[in-house]
Amino acid sequence: MPERFTHRFRATELAARGGIVAVMARLRTLELPEQIAGDVELALAEAINNVTEHAYREREDGIITVTARLEDKRLVLRISDNGLPMPEGKLPQPKTHDLSGASELPEGGFGWGLIHALTNSVRYDRRAQRNTLSMAFALPGGEDDGALSHTAP
Amino acid sequence: MFLSSTQRGDTCIVAVNAERIDAAVAIKFKEDMRTETANGPDRVILDLSAVKFIDSSGLGAIVASMKQLGEGRKLDLAGLTPLVDKVLRLTRMDTVFTLFPSIDDAMIGLEG
Repeated sequence: MPERFTHRFRATELAARGGIVAVMARLRTLELPEQIAGDVELALAEAINNVTEHAYREREDGIITVTARLEDKRLVLRISDNGLPMPEGKLPQPKTHDLSGASELPEGGFGWGLIHALTNSVRYDRRAQRNTLSMAFALPGGEDDGALSHTAP
Repeated sequence: MFLSSTQRGDTCIVAVNAERIDAAVAIKFKEDMRTETANGPDRVILDLSAVKFIDSSGLGAIVASMKQLGEGRKLDLAGLTPLVDKVLRLTRMDTVFTLFPSIDDAMIGLEG
């Protein structure tokens, strides 16, 4: 039986940290394999930081909802908010950085590269003024490739 | 204290006394790094052995800390735990910083 739970928290940096820690604690009680827990926490943090910094940049009362569904072979996390849509309404792609000049080194813009690298698949939907980012992670030993296309949102 | 620094020879060692460097502490990290490294030796080693989690905001704060040291000064990283090491490699920042397994390795120049 898949396990499913939802956490809601305010889109401030401190509340977001509490939300991330709470989701990870719950996933560990559901026996999320420790070898992928770090990847999951990092991708979740990047997705949530993106919501607090961009989708809710014009407001301080935003709420972030994280839904987790842990199946036999994969974990699906959905992060949703009712803030501003992604640029051009599309999933952002990783940025490439020039790391050659010390004084010009980037201090940000790593988030989408990390999300794409850490997930098996990622999808963005905008419906009824809500953003939903879905991230799938294949569990160690599972044969599922983590594709998101066969699941209902 | 979030950060603490000691001087060994002509090197300043700054230890992070926290498990997370994330969006909630990124600005504080950068400001505290400025305080801990002001008017100190040219070489600074950041001891990350207590840090279990870092996100891109935290990484950005480390990059900003290196840039604010200025010309002729250097920031090396030591004691990376597995996730911190992974973030540096995925962002290719492992090519920007010199990484050492521990402070002792950093003091004798044994990269790893």
